[in-house]
Amino acid sequence: MPDQQGTTGRQRLRAAMSRPSRGQAVVGVLLAVVGFAAVTQVRSTEVDDTYAGYREQDLIDVINGLAGTTQRAQAEIARLEATRRDLQSSTDARQAALAQEKSRSDTLGILAGLVPVTGPGIRITIKEVDAPVDIDSMLDTIQELRAAGAESMQINGKVRIIAQSAFEQGPGGVGIVVDGTLLSAPYVIDVIGEPHTLTGGMTFLQGPKSQFEQDGQTVEITELSSLDIESVREPVQPQYAQPDPGQ
Amino acid sequence: MIAALGLLAGIVLGLIFQPDVPPGLEPYLPIAVVAALDAVFGGLRAYLDGIFDDKVFVVSFFSNVVIAAAIVYMGDKLGVGGQLSTGVIVVLGIRIFSNVAAIRRHLFHA
Repeated sequence: MPDQQGTTGRQRLRAAMSRPSRGQAVVGVLLAVVGFAAVTQVRSTEVDDTYAGYREQDLIDVINGLAGTTQRAQAEIARLEATRRDLQSSTDARQAALAQEKSRSDTLGILAGLVPVTGPGIRITIKEVDAPVDIDSMLDTIQELRAAGAESMQINGKVRIIAQSAFEQGPGGVGIVVDGTLLSAPYVIDVIGEPHTLTGGMTFLQGPKSQFEQDGQTVEITELSSLDIESVREPVQPQYAQPDPGQ
Repeated sequence: MIAALGLLAGIVLGLIFQPDVPPGLEPYLPIAVVAALDAVFGGLRAYLDGIFDDKVFVVSFFSNVVIAAAIVYMGDKLGVGGQLSTGVIVVLGIRIFSNVAAIRRHLFHA
Protein backbone atom coordinates (compact mmCIF):
# COMPACT_ATOMS: atom_id res chain seq x y z
CA MET A 1 0.00 0.00 0.00
CA PRO A 2 2.02 3.02 -1.18
CA ASP A 3 1.59 6.18 0.88
CA GLN A 4 2.16 9.89 0.06
CA GLN A 5 5.93 9.64 0.17
CA GLY A 6 5.82 6.73 -2.31
CA THR A 7 7.22 4.23 0.20
CA THR A 8 5.53 1.04 1.39
CA GLY A 9 5.36 -0.27 4.93
CA ARG A 10 7.79 -2.95 3.96
CA GLN A 11 10.34 -0.41 2.77
CA ARG A 12 9.94 1.64 5.95
CA LEU A 13 10.48 -1.48 8.07
CA ARG A 14 13.64 -2.28 6.13
CA ALA A 15 14.84 1.28 6.57
CA ALA A 16 14.22 1.13 10.30
CA MET A 17 16.31 -2.01 10.52
CA SER A 18 19.29 -0.15 9.05
CA ARG A 19 18.86 3.31 10.64
CA PRO A 20 18.45 3.31 14.44
CA SER A 21 16.81 6.32 16.05
CA ARG A 22 15.85 7.62 19.47
CA GLY A 23 12.29 6.37 19.11
CA GLN A 24 13.59 2.90 18.41
CA ALA A 25 15.53 2.93 21.66
CA VAL A 26 12.34 3.65 23.63
CA VAL A 27 10.48 0.93 21.79
CA GLY A 28 13.38 -1.43 22.40
CA VAL A 29 13.25 -0.81 26.14
CA LEU A 30 9.50 -1.44 26.23
CA LEU A 31 9.88 -4.60 24.16
CA ALA A 32 12.56 -5.77 26.57
CA VAL A 33 10.09 -5.25 29.42
CA VAL A 34 7.45 -7.25 27.51
CA GLY A 35 9.88 -10.06 26.76
CA PHE A 36 11.04 -10.18 30.34
CA ALA A 37 7.50 -10.24 31.69
CA ALA A 38 6.37 -12.83 29.18
CA VAL A 39 9.26 -15.18 29.96
CA THR A 40 8.66 -14.71 33.68
CA GLN A 41 4.98 -15.51 33.28
CA VAL A 42 5.66 -18.57 31.10
CA ARG A 43 8.13 -19.86 33.65
CA SER A 44 5.83 -19.29 36.59
CA THR A 45 2.97 -20.99 34.72
CA GLU A 46 5.17 -23.99 34.01
CA VAL A 47 6.61 -24.17 37.53
CA ASP A 48 3.57 -23.26 39.54
CA ASP A 49 1.28 -26.23 39.96
CA THR A 50 0.08 -25.26 43.43
CA TYR A 51 -2.98 -23.24 44.25
CA ALA A 52 -1.02 -20.41 45.89
CA GLY A 53 -1.74 -17.73 43.29
CA TYR A 54 -5.41 -18.60 42.82
CA ARG A 55 -8.22 -16.13 43.41
CA GLU A 56 -10.77 -16.94 46.05
CA GLN A 57 -13.36 -17.56 43.35
CA ASP A 58 -10.98 -19.87 41.46
CA LEU A 59 -10.36 -21.88 44.61
CA ILE A 60 -14.10 -22.13 45.22
CA ASP A 61 -14.56 -23.34 41.65
CA VAL A 62 -11.83 -25.94 42.13
CA ILE A 63 -13.47 -27.14 45.34
CA ASN A 64 -16.87 -27.26 43.68
CA GLY A 65 -15.43 -29.23 40.81
CA LEU A 66 -13.81 -31.68 43.21
CA ALA A 67 -17.04 -31.99 45.18
CA GLY A 68 -18.93 -32.74 41.98
CA THR A 69 -16.35 -35.33 41.01
CA THR A 70 -16.57 -36.90 44.45
CA GLN A 71 -20.34 -37.02 44.24
CA ARG A 72 -20.22 -38.65 40.83
CA ALA A 73 -17.65 -41.15 42.02
CA GLN A 74 -19.77 -41.99 45.06
CA ALA A 75 -22.86 -42.42 42.92
CA GLU A 76 -20.86 -44.71 40.69
CA ILE A 77 -19.68 -46.70 43.72
CA ALA A 78 -23.24 -47.04 44.98
CA ARG A 79 -24.43 -48.16 41.56
CA LEU A 80 -21.66 -50.74 41.26
CA GLU A 81 -22.30 -52.04 44.77
CA ALA A 82 -25.99 -52.42 43.97
CA THR A 83 -25.03 -54.35 40.84
CA ARG A 84 -22.72 -56.54 42.89
CA ARG A 85 -25.49 -57.20 45.43
CA ASP A 86 -27.87 -58.11 42.64
CA LEU A 87 -25.35 -60.45 41.09
CA GLN A 88 -24.56 -62.07 44.43
CA SER A 89 -28.19 -62.62 45.31
CA SER A 90 -28.91 -64.02 41.88
CA THR A 91 -25.89 -66.31 42.24
CA ASP A 92 -27.14 -67.43 45.64
CA ALA A 93 -30.62 -68.01 44.28
CA ARG A 94 -29.19 -69.97 41.39
CA GLN A 95 -27.05 -72.09 43.71
CA ALA A 96 -30.02 -72.76 45.96
CA ALA A 97 -32.12 -73.73 42.96
CA LEU A 98 -29.27 -75.91 41.74
CA ALA A 99 -28.96 -77.67 45.12
CA GLN A 100 -32.71 -78.17 45.22
CA GLU A 101 -32.73 -79.62 41.73
CA LYS A 102 -29.79 -81.84 42.64
CA SER A 103 -31.59 -83.30 45.64
CA ARG A 104 -34.76 -83.69 43.57
CA SER A 105 -32.84 -85.47 40.90
CA ASP A 106 -31.21 -87.73 43.53
CA THR A 107 -34.60 -88.56 45.00
CA LEU A 108 -36.12 -89.26 41.62
CA GLY A 109 -33.08 -91.28 40.58
CA ILE A 110 -33.45 -93.50 43.66
CA LEU A 111 -37.21 -93.83 43.17
CA ALA A 112 -36.83 -94.71 39.51
CA GLY A 113 -33.92 -97.04 40.20
CA LEU A 114 -31.54 -95.13 37.97
CA VAL A 115 -28.64 -94.98 40.42
CA PRO A 116 -26.94 -97.54 42.65
CA VAL A 117 -27.79 -96.94 46.30
CA THR A 118 -26.33 -97.91 49.65
CA GLY A 119 -27.64 -97.80 53.19
CA PRO A 120 -28.89 -99.93 56.08
CA GLY A 121 -31.47 -102.57 55.39
CA ILE A 122 -32.24 -106.28 55.42
CA ARG A 123 -31.53 -109.25 53.22
CA ILE A 124 -34.30 -111.83 52.86
CA THR A 125 -33.34 -115.23 51.56
CA ILE A 126 -36.22 -117.51 50.48
CA LYS A 127 -35.37 -121.13 49.79
CA GLU A 128 -37.79 -123.54 48.18
CA VAL A 129 -37.87 -126.65 50.34
CA ASP A 130 -41.18 -128.40 49.59
CA ALA A 131 -42.93 -126.27 47.00
CA PRO A 132 -42.11 -123.45 44.56
CA VAL A 133 -42.76 -119.89 45.64
CA ASP A 134 -46.27 -118.68 44.94
CA ILE A 135 -46.31 -115.39 43.08
CA ASP A 136 -49.03 -113.98 45.35
CA SER A 137 -46.82 -114.54 48.38
CA MET A 138 -43.99 -112.75 46.59
CA LEU A 139 -46.26 -109.81 45.75
CA ASP A 140 -47.48 -109.68 49.36
CA THR A 141 -43.89 -109.59 50.51
CA ILE A 142 -43.06 -106.69 48.23
CA GLN A 143 -46.18 -104.81 49.35
CA GLU A 144 -45.44 -105.38 53.03
CA LEU A 145 -41.86 -104.20 52.58
CA ARG A 146 -43.11 -101.05 50.84
CA ALA A 147 -45.61 -100.50 53.64
CA ALA A 148 -42.73 -100.85 56.11
CA GLY A 149 -40.87 -98.02 54.39
CA ALA A 150 -38.59 -99.81 51.95
CA GLU A 151 -36.81 -97.24 49.86
CA SER A 152 -35.04 -99.44 47.37
CA MET A 153 -35.24 -103.12 46.55
CA GLN A 154 -33.61 -105.63 44.29
CA ILE A 155 -34.12 -109.34 43.78
CA ASN A 156 -31.25 -111.76 43.31
CA GLY A 157 -28.88 -108.85 42.67
CA LYS A 158 -30.29 -108.59 39.15
CA VAL A 159 -33.63 -106.84 39.08
CA ARG A 160 -34.32 -103.52 40.70
CA ILE A 161 -37.87 -103.22 41.99
CA ILE A 162 -39.44 -99.91 40.96
CA ALA A 163 -42.94 -98.50 40.70
CA GLN A 164 -43.56 -100.10 37.30
CA SER A 165 -42.22 -103.53 38.27
CA ALA A 166 -44.49 -106.41 37.23
CA PHE A 167 -44.42 -110.03 38.49
CA GLU A 168 -45.40 -113.12 36.52
CA GLN A 169 -45.24 -116.78 37.21
CA GLY A 170 -42.40 -118.37 35.32
CA PRO A 171 -43.07 -120.79 32.41
CA GLY A 172 -44.40 -124.11 33.67
CA GLY A 173 -44.80 -122.68 37.16
CA VAL A 174 -41.03 -122.64 37.72
CA GLY A 175 -39.42 -119.43 38.84
CA ILE A 176 -40.74 -115.87 38.71
CA VAL A 177 -40.45 -113.41 35.86
CA VAL A 178 -39.89 -109.88 37.09
CA ASP A 179 -39.93 -107.23 34.37
CA GLY A 180 -39.01 -109.76 31.75
CA THR A 181 -36.15 -111.36 33.71
CA LEU A 182 -36.57 -114.96 34.79
CA LEU A 183 -35.50 -115.47 38.38
CA SER A 184 -35.21 -118.80 40.11
CA ALA A 185 -34.88 -119.97 43.69
CA PRO A 186 -33.34 -119.18 46.02
CA TYR A 187 -34.69 -115.68 45.99
CA VAL A 188 -32.58 -113.04 47.72
CA ILE A 189 -34.36 -109.73 48.28
CA ASP A 190 -32.14 -106.81 49.26
CA VAL A 191 -34.12 -104.00 50.87
CA ILE A 192 -32.88 -100.63 52.03
CA GLY A 193 -34.87 -98.98 54.80
CA GLU A 194 -35.09 -99.00 58.57
CA PRO A 195 -33.97 -102.61 59.36
CA HIS A 196 -36.19 -103.24 62.43
CA THR A 197 -39.30 -101.90 60.76
CA LEU A 198 -38.61 -103.95 57.65
CA THR A 199 -38.04 -107.08 59.73
CA GLY A 200 -41.26 -106.33 61.60
CA GLY A 201 -43.07 -105.99 58.27
CA MET A 202 -41.95 -109.50 57.37
CA THR A 203 -42.43 -111.36 60.62
CA PHE A 204 -45.73 -110.18 62.06
CA LEU A 205 -48.44 -112.76 62.77
CA GLN A 206 -49.82 -114.17 59.51
CA GLY A 207 -47.30 -112.00 57.69
CA PRO A 208 -45.27 -112.88 54.60
CA LYS A 209 -42.74 -114.94 56.54
CA SER A 210 -45.35 -117.27 58.00
CA GLN A 211 -47.11 -117.34 54.63
CA PHE A 212 -43.94 -118.63 52.95
CA GLU A 213 -43.36 -121.14 55.71
CA GLN A 214 -46.93 -122.45 55.42
CA ASP A 215 -46.40 -122.83 51.67
CA GLY A 216 -43.24 -124.84 52.20
CA GLN A 217 -40.32 -122.44 51.93
CA THR A 218 -37.76 -121.26 54.47
CA VAL A 219 -37.21 -117.58 55.04
CA GLU A 220 -34.05 -116.14 56.49
CA ILE A 221 -33.89 -112.47 57.39
CA THR A 222 -30.56 -110.69 58.04
CA GLU A 223 -30.41 -107.12 59.28
CA LEU A 224 -27.45 -105.28 57.79
CA SER A 225 -26.02 -101.93 58.80
CA SER A 226 -24.87 -101.33 55.25
CA LEU A 227 -26.18 -102.80 52.07
CA ASP A 228 -25.39 -102.04 48.45
CA ILE A 229 -27.97 -102.22 45.70
CA GLU A 230 -26.13 -102.03 42.46
CA SER A 231 -28.60 -103.12 39.81
CA VAL A 232 -30.03 -100.12 37.97
CA ARG A 233 -32.69 -99.35 35.38
CA GLU A 234 -32.41 -97.46 32.15
CA PRO A 235 -34.66 -94.40 32.23
CA VAL A 236 -37.77 -94.90 30.12
CA GLN A 237 -39.27 -91.96 28.29
CA PRO A 238 -43.02 -91.99 28.94
CA GLN A 239 -44.87 -92.36 25.69
CA TYR A 240 -48.36 -91.22 26.71
CA ALA A 241 -48.12 -89.46 30.04
CA GLN A 242 -47.08 -85.81 29.81
CA PRO A 243 -46.45 -83.40 32.65
CA ASP A 244 -49.47 -81.10 32.92
CA PRO A 245 -48.17 -77.56 33.27
CA GLY A 246 -51.66 -76.31 34.18
CA GLN A 247 -51.54 -78.06 37.55
CA MET B 1 16.83 -2.99 14.82
CA ILE B 2 17.22 -1.70 18.32
CA ALA B 3 13.61 -2.73 19.04
CA ALA B 4 14.29 -6.32 17.99
CA LEU B 5 17.48 -6.35 20.06
CA GLY B 6 15.51 -5.02 23.04
CA LEU B 7 12.99 -7.86 22.75
CA LEU B 8 15.79 -10.43 22.58
CA ALA B 9 17.58 -8.80 25.54
CA GLY B 10 14.38 -8.95 27.63
CA ILE B 11 13.85 -12.63 26.88
CA VAL B 12 17.47 -13.45 27.67
CA LEU B 13 17.36 -11.49 30.93
CA GLY B 14 14.19 -13.28 31.93
CA LEU B 15 15.78 -16.64 31.21
CA ILE B 16 18.95 -15.73 33.10
CA PHE B 17 17.42 -14.24 36.24
CA GLN B 18 14.33 -16.46 36.39
CA PRO B 19 12.54 -14.10 38.76
CA ASP B 20 9.70 -15.28 40.94
CA VAL B 21 6.42 -13.49 40.49
CA PRO B 22 5.22 -11.88 43.74
CA PRO B 23 2.04 -13.70 44.81
CA GLY B 24 0.09 -10.44 44.92
CA LEU B 25 0.84 -9.75 41.26
CA GLU B 26 0.33 -13.28 40.04
CA PRO B 27 -3.23 -12.81 38.67
CA TYR B 28 -2.28 -9.57 36.89
CA LEU B 29 0.96 -10.46 35.13
CA PRO B 30 -0.61 -12.55 32.33
CA ILE B 31 -3.19 -9.85 31.65
CA ALA B 32 -0.47 -7.20 31.60
CA VAL B 33 1.62 -9.24 29.17
CA VAL B 34 -1.30 -9.69 26.82
CA ALA B 35 -2.12 -5.95 27.03
CA ALA B 36 1.52 -5.09 26.26
CA LEU B 37 1.46 -7.44 23.30
CA ASP B 38 -1.62 -5.64 22.06
CA ALA B 39 0.20 -2.29 22.35
CA VAL B 40 3.25 -3.70 20.54
CA PHE B 41 1.22 -5.01 17.63
CA GLY B 42 -0.72 -1.73 17.51
CA GLY B 43 2.59 0.16 17.37
CA LEU B 44 3.92 -2.05 14.61
CA ARG B 45 0.76 -1.51 12.60
CA ALA B 46 1.01 2.27 13.10
CA TYR B 47 4.61 2.16 12.00
CA LEU B 48 3.69 0.32 8.81
CA ASP B 49 0.88 2.84 8.23
CA GLY B 50 3.43 5.62 8.55
CA ILE B 51 1.71 7.26 11.52
CA PHE B 52 3.95 5.87 14.28
CA ASP B 53 4.81 8.24 17.11
CA ASP B 54 7.00 6.97 19.93
CA LYS B 55 5.29 9.17 22.49
CA VAL B 56 1.90 7.74 21.57
CA PHE B 57 3.38 4.24 21.68
CA VAL B 58 4.82 4.68 25.19
CA VAL B 59 1.63 6.18 26.51
CA SER B 60 -0.59 3.51 24.91
CA PHE B 61 1.73 0.78 26.15
CA PHE B 62 1.53 1.84 29.77
CA SER B 63 -2.11 2.79 29.67
CA ASN B 64 -2.99 -0.60 28.15
CA VAL B 65 -1.09 -2.47 30.84
CA VAL B 66 -2.38 -0.33 33.69
CA ILE B 67 -5.99 -0.38 32.54
CA ALA B 68 -5.99 -4.13 31.94
CA ALA B 69 -4.51 -4.79 35.36
CA ALA B 70 -6.90 -2.28 36.95
CA ILE B 71 -9.92 -3.91 35.38
CA VAL B 72 -8.87 -7.30 36.68
CA TYR B 73 -8.06 -5.87 40.10
CA MET B 74 -11.48 -4.25 40.24
CA GLY B 75 -13.03 -7.52 39.15
CA ASP B 76 -11.24 -9.30 41.96
CA LYS B 77 -12.57 -6.80 44.44
CA LEU B 78 -16.10 -7.22 43.05
CA GLY B 79 -15.82 -11.01 43.08
CA VAL B 80 -15.90 -11.42 39.31
CA GLY B 81 -12.12 -11.39 38.73
CA GLY B 82 -12.07 -14.63 36.76
CA GLN B 83 -14.83 -13.57 34.41
CA LEU B 84 -13.45 -10.05 33.92
CA SER B 85 -9.95 -11.30 33.16
CA THR B 86 -11.48 -13.65 30.61
CA GLY B 87 -13.35 -10.70 29.08
CA VAL B 88 -10.18 -8.56 28.94
CA ILE B 89 -8.24 -11.40 27.32
CA VAL B 90 -11.00 -11.85 24.72
CA VAL B 91 -11.08 -8.12 23.84
CA LEU B 92 -7.29 -7.87 23.67
CA GLY B 93 -7.16 -11.04 21.60
CA ILE B 94 -9.62 -9.61 19.09
CA ARG B 95 -7.53 -6.41 18.85
CA ILE B 96 -4.31 -8.38 18.41
CA PHE B 97 -5.91 -10.37 15.62
CA SER B 98 -7.14 -7.29 13.77
CA ASN B 99 -3.75 -5.56 14.17
CA VAL B 100 -1.93 -8.63 12.93
CA ALA B 101 -4.31 -8.77 9.96
CA ALA B 102 -3.41 -5.16 9.05
CA ILE B 103 0.32 -5.88 9.45
CA ARG B 104 -0.07 -8.93 7.25
CA ARG B 105 -1.71 -6.83 4.54
CA HIS B 106 1.19 -4.37 4.68
CA LEU B 107 3.96 -6.92 4.60
CA PHE B 108 2.52 -9.49 2.19
CA HIS B 109 -0.10 -7.38 0.39
CA ALA B 110 -2.54 -10.14 1.17
